[in-house]
Amino acid sequence: MKEKRSLLRNSGFQTFSTSILCILLGMFVGYLALLIIEPSGAWGAIVAVIKNFFKYPTGAARLKYFGSTLAKTAPLIFCSLSILFAYKVGLFNIGAAGQYCLGVALALYLAIVLQLPWWVCLLAGIAAGAISGAICGLLKAYFNVNVVISGIMLNWISLYGTNLLLKPAMDPSGKDTFRLVNKAKQALLPTLGMDKLFNNNQYVTIAIPLAIIVAIVIWIILDKTKLGYELKATGNNLHAAKYCGMKENRNIILTMVIAGGLAAMGGALYYLSDFEQWNVNSSAVPGMGFNGIAAAFLGGLSPIGSIFSSYFITHITIGGGNVDLSHYCAQIADFISAVIIYLCGFVLFFKTIMNKWLNKSEEKKIARARAAAEDTNKEGGNA
Amino acid sequence: MEKYAIEMLNITKRFPGIIANDNITLQLKKGEIHALLGENGAGKSTLMSVLFGLYQPEEGVIKKDGEVVKINDPNDANRLGIGMVHQHFKLVECFSVLDNIILGVEPNTAGFLQKSEAKKKVLELSEKYGLQVDPDAIIEDITVGMQQRTEILKMLYRENEILIFDEPTAVLTPQEIEELMQIMKGLAKEGKSILFISHKLNEIMEVADRCSVLRKGKYIGTVEIASTTKEELSRMMVGRDVEFVVAKDPAKPTDVVLDIEGMTVASKMHHNNAVKGVSLKVRRGEIVCIAGIDGNGQTEFVYGITGLEPLKAGKIEFLGKDITKAPIRKRNVMGMSHIPEDRHKHGLVLDYTLENNLVLQRYFEPEFTNKAGFLKKGNIRKYAEKLIDQYDVRSGQGPITPARAMSGGNQQKAIVAREIDKSPELLIAVQPTRGLDVGAIEYIHKQIVKHRDAGNAVLLVSLELEEVMSLSDRILVMYEGEIVGELDPKTTTVEELGLYMAGAKRQS
Repeated sequence: MKEKRSLLRNSGFQTFSTSILCILLGMFVGYLALLIIEPSGAWGAIVAVIKNFFKYPTGAARLKYFGSTLAKTAPLIFCSLSILFAYKVGLFNIGAAGQYCLGVALALYLAIVLQLPWWVCLLAGIAAGAISGAICGLLKAYFNVNVVISGIMLNWISLYGTNLLLKPAMDPSGKDTFRLVNKAKQALLPTLGMDKLFNNNQYVTIAIPLAIIVAIVIWIILDKTKLGYELKATGNNLHAAKYCGMKENRNIILTMVIAGGLAAMGGALYYLSDFEQWNVNSSAVPGMGFNGIAAAFLGGLSPIGSIFSSYFITHITIGGGNVDLSHYCAQIADFISAVIIYLCGFVLFFKTIMNKWLNKSEEKKIARARAAAEDTNKEGGNA
Repeated sequence: MEKYAIEMLNITKRFPGIIANDNITLQLKKGEIHALLGENGAGKSTLMSVLFGLYQPEEGVIKKDGEVVKINDPNDANRLGIGMVHQHFKLVECFSVLDNIILGVEPNTAGFLQKSEAKKKVLELSEKYGLQVDPDAIIEDITVGMQQRTEILKMLYRENEILIFDEPTAVLTPQEIEELMQIMKGLAKEGKSILFISHKLNEIMEVADRCSVLRKGKYIGTVEIASTTKEELSRMMVGRDVEFVVAKDPAKPTDVVLDIEGMTVASKMHHNNAVKGVSLKVRRGEIVCIAGIDGNGQTEFVYGITGLEPLKAGKIEFLGKDITKAPIRKRNVMGMSHIPEDRHKHGLVLDYTLENNLVLQRYFEPEFTNKAGFLKKGNIRKYAEKLIDQYDVRSGQGPITPARAMSGGNQQKAIVAREIDKSPELLIAVQPTRGLDVGAIEYIHKQIVKHRDAGNAVLLVSLELEEVMSLSDRILVMYEGEIVGELDPKTTTVEELGLYMAGAKRQS
């Protein structure tokens, strides 16, 4: 029996609508917080967050800063792909932040210290993240160490390891590594002329199309291939995977290798685009790995969805930088985007609520229909 | 007027799309054993959930000792002295047996647990009723059988007035069942009222005073056991005559498919080996049954053959090849199928759709995966539709139904379909009809016999004596990890089988 199912039951539609709901709610709560702190500037601030590059008066400037937003979106896409890929296999890759660091470390070291071309730097970065992921995977597969624990530990090891490795690449005039444009031009990512499209924004590189391509590849792997079938089965039911002869340990390790490689690829590509330099004294794990969690969930754990959710999160994060600081302290930008990102995590929660509500209304409908049918029966009996 | 301990009058409970209980009346007299009979899905569980306040009925009232009571939640039911051994155990997996028994009624002084006293009481009860448990064992480590015994003790510990047994005998030997029957009769004599939910007609005939029958949510009637017959009851339950014995020709065993020598498998629960040097042969065209009480090494024995656990010692030959160390996939591809004991743990990926579950053993074959590693979803759909049609697997949305959303019986049918359709040379079926209703059991038994008649070997592991007696061609009894006897189902009796299962008798 095939029933017609309402659009509201469609999983894709549910994800989309609940994501939008989360975004709106996040902005509303953010606005409330601003109102509490300082009412006079609240509206201006929230508008600045949403506007981001639209604040510039000319189309050319808007285009340029749109390019910068995209350049910052690319690494977030990779991080959210890393999170969601592992998540589909039942693993929570909180180590994405550390893997991201390692990607940066190897890429910049090879670029600045060893003066190697960009693609070698990129591959080395990916390999570093993949190895880090493999460590978590091996520990999980053979010693049943929770990947969250090993991931968090490795985050700190990776962070300080990165600082240590990049000391020789530090620009003596500051605390950051050298700009590639000055010291390692050979390692700059090719732009393929895309910089021209964005009003000569040199940060618009192949990283952006690569992120989208990789997202599509991950979607295909998970949804269309035997490998994806095996990995998801392992994630959903390890015992059943073993029962039907899958190599469940191999699957766990492979998943973590891929997830680690993805996060590291994001880090390597971002720093090879020269948009930012690494602060070799940094004592906090970069937020990119953690924002990847929010982006993955906001995107409904779909690789394609994560492209859009990553863009949105980057958009408001950069927009947060434009908040008028005469009303608020400097942390307000991070605060406001953090509130929005936090509420983005509620997608699954709203989905559950939505389904409950649908079930209830369906139940009522059936009860009503039955009552109506009984009434007509009675009338029929009387007549 | 007779005195009723509990009365459920004209209960109606609806769920979206189905009436689970349609105007059902159940009256339990004081000190009687009242059987509640019905197939799976007849509404027994719903009725009990109503009694326990888990569901509120749309119509009808519940009376205790003639007075209307309102049961809003299980706490209300407990206060009224109603206790139950659920069909699906309600145990805290990571707690010990003792902790589970005292859960909710923990003896304490100023908030500190007084476990030793409780333990004493539990041990007394367990000895008195012959319900063997280790009070300190952790639930997740013990067998299904022991878990059920814990549930029974839980109720006895609470000294409940109205005792509900939801199919309590499924995992016991005939002797133990006999004992339990005596316990139940004794309890009834003491004035406790017992509601005995079962679809085992023999037990109902033996122990119950009266029996109420449900079918498809409707109340069929209540009969005095003294003035009825087994056939009458089964007609009331199913609505037609049922074949109790599986129709099959005598076995014609030919060449050996599975040859096991000295198999020893370590136990995960204790330091002893779970399987101790078992040797046996299974031939084409015969159904060999491993009988035994739950927890005597059958699970580990099957794990050893299928490769889920490594062997400590011994050798397995399958189709003439040594597969002692072969990976699981290789065994499966060679022609071994396994209907697992626990369909949720091993048998299904519950979050996968039905179609994806149906190809779980074959997804890698060229029919379903191309050379580049992409799944051929069209073929998977076609294959799934074929199996669903052929094996009558029912579900809400056909191939795309999540396995989780299917009923237990249909989940089992899906597994049976998947494993038999591989046309394996050796079918290992562990508890293939567990928790299924009479109709589905009949069907699965027919499939197994058909598979044997096609010239394949079947190794059946079952705790259900009726199944063992009616389906197998040869019975091997396993007791404490060893084969203690080989019996011919045509010449042996249930009682004799029971003696072997309990370890009271063995062939040298």
